[in-house]
Amino acid sequence: MSKGDRAARNSFLAGPLAAFMLASAPAATAAEGVAWNGFVQSHVAARTSGEHCPDGTECDFPSAELRGQLETEGKNTAGNAGFLGRFDLLRDFTLDDTRFVTRELYGDLRSEKLAARLGRQVITWGMGDLLFINDTFPKDQVALFTGQPQQYLKLGSDALKLNAYPGPNLELVIAGFRPDNTPTSRRFVLADPLPVGLPRRAEEPGSDPNELEISGRVSGYLANWELAGYVSRTHYRSPAWRVTGSEIVGTYPRLNTAGASLTGPIGAGVVSVEAGYYDSPQDRDGHDPSVENSQFRGLVGYSRQTWEDATLGLQLYGEWMRDYVAYRETLPAGFPVKDRLRKVATIRFTQFFAHQTVTFNLFAFVGLSEKDRYVIPSLRYAFSDNLWAEIGANLFGGKRSGMFGSLQDNSNVYLTVRYAF
Amino acid sequence: MKSFRPTVLSFFAVAAVLCAPPARAADSSADEIVKRSLESFYYAGNDMRARVSMKLINVQGKAREREMTMLRLNLGKSGDQRYYIYFHAPADVKGTSFLVWKYPGKESDRWIYVPALKLVKRIAADDKRSSFVGSDFTYEDVSGRNVEDETHTVMRKEDLGGRPTYVVESKPKTVIDYSRRLSWIDSERWLPLKEEYFDARNEPLRTFTADKVEQIGKYWTATVRSMKNLQSGHRSEVVFRETEFDVGIKQDIFTERYLRDAPAQWVR
Repeated sequence: MSKGDRAARNSFLAGPLAAFMLASAPAATAAEGVAWNGFVQSHVAARTSGEHCPDGTECDFPSAELRGQLETEGKNTAGNAGFLGRFDLLRDFTLDDTRFVTRELYGDLRSEKLAARLGRQVITWGMGDLLFINDTFPKDQVALFTGQPQQYLKLGSDALKLNAYPGPNLELVIAGFRPDNTPTSRRFVLADPLPVGLPRRAEEPGSDPNELEISGRVSGYLANWELAGYVSRTHYRSPAWRVTGSEIVGTYPRLNTAGASLTGPIGAGVVSVEAGYYDSPQDRDGHDPSVENSQFRGLVGYSRQTWEDATLGLQLYGEWMRDYVAYRETLPAGFPVKDRLRKVATIRFTQFFAHQTVTFNLFAFVGLSEKDRYVIPSLRYAFSDNLWAEIGANLFGGKRSGMFGSLQDNSNVYLTVRYAF
Repeated sequence: MKSFRPTVLSFFAVAAVLCAPPARAADSSADEIVKRSLESFYYAGNDMRARVSMKLINVQGKAREREMTMLRLNLGKSGDQRYYIYFHAPADVKGTSFLVWKYPGKESDRWIYVPALKLVKRIAADDKRSSFVGSDFTYEDVSGRNVEDETHTVMRKEDLGGRPTYVVESKPKTVIDYSRRLSWIDSERWLPLKEEYFDARNEPLRTFTADKVEQIGKYWTATVRSMKNLQSGHRSEVVFRETEFDVGIKQDIFTERYLRDAPAQWVR
């Protein structure tokens, strides 16, 4: 997408946002005042593999940064108007770059039965733990693979969110497109089956109203079980690359999803079930190898306390490709072959020590189909209410043809130190 | 006359001996005392709102602080309750909230909201003996236990800090982190003024004290409370401010909507 397109899209939301903020801000600042919080944080991830970094790739330290975040928030006494802003100033030593990032900036208006939120906002749906089915909102895989704190795993959407509460909770999100932050060869050693040497360009969906993303959710309780249904008219958020003449062009194909989830107590634990259908309207017959085929996705999760201050969570996840024959027929040579049913299991174990000042966490993806794995151990110590430090690792392994295995030259250890105020 | 007095005295003495067990029973049975105490401590009013400060103090005297708003609603006579806890501080957890649907006969349902991810997560609830946010209080200490979970015996009556109390011994029916506890329960206001927990070796484990008791509206309530772990030296002090009862909190506050979006009327 060109700069002009981006500006046009931003202005599409900027006008209403400004009006909305004006509507919600004066009342908000009147009675309750405005709260300021924030933190400063250093984060370094050092690659453990001895594999040589290709030229132009800063892969020895896929992440090395100093970051300051300022958060401001306010609401009026009646509670029917408010705003929140989270801004990061970031010195990125890996890319030798300094950036100002608006993580979130939104205004809220609400009444007894209705609520509206306009602006950049993080939206999280679904039941999965680091596995997403009906949550099609933007994510940051670079943050995940370099061990950033969990709040960085999701990116804000520039959106209008409307809620109605006639009994069940109805949520409608209208958003502009925002891509995932996916690993690139600037920070990672990546196996790339596409021709080398050709220039690459990603084209984001423009500001055309047809490209707007619309997602809906309805959720409610059945006794103490929670049920939800979801639909989305959206886009894939990682580019589909295609060689066109003298360059490689990435596009973000359209995606429609529909699904449901259920969660509740079974025995001494919590069970979660989620399923969804991914419809690829730009490749309905599955013959375009650059666009993902339509698929069903499902997961089952169970978590329970194992002993005092310790929790164990397990998930089984599967993706079932619809037009598998077409996929196999059109897959270009050199690309790894996926199974029709791709199965992944995850495990999470968390244990607190010393009055929850020490947290040990272990999360692992185990690729049952692709015979690969991704293990994330971490240990955090809170020196005080304001200061904590965490050491951890992102360990990729197994078959290189798998999604996680292909990243195994990027295994890293990381250290995060944060002072919050 | 001379012979009469001893007779009368001995009559009273005999009567006193004979009447002693029935007299104790007539005061209140142990189960009844504990039940009234749980009702006064955990069920006062139809609903409750309080701003709560909690200090977690380690053995070196270093303190961590939590600032919360706590809302509670009783659902009729069933004993079911709803709890909502919103964290104002420290900065790193500001906006985090907890929702608990408590049932006397089975495990509670619990949810946590993580504001940075706008994530609502149901948490496995089989951890009522786990620490509440790193404090010396367990989840059960915060939201209450069932009379039937323990067997209770009245040991004696005793004054504590100028208040008349029943001293009740309670032993859990299933094996948990304590083997017995002694409670000093105010025999007029029915609040526990002190509790001592003992471990499996009968060594003192934790001590609870109600450090300040006030009457708010119709209800007596402990507005300053502490729990000390006698084995680690760690202690937690809790101050309830702005405590209000029967303010009209509605049941729909205790749902996902308000977990994500704190109800401004009550959380302030």
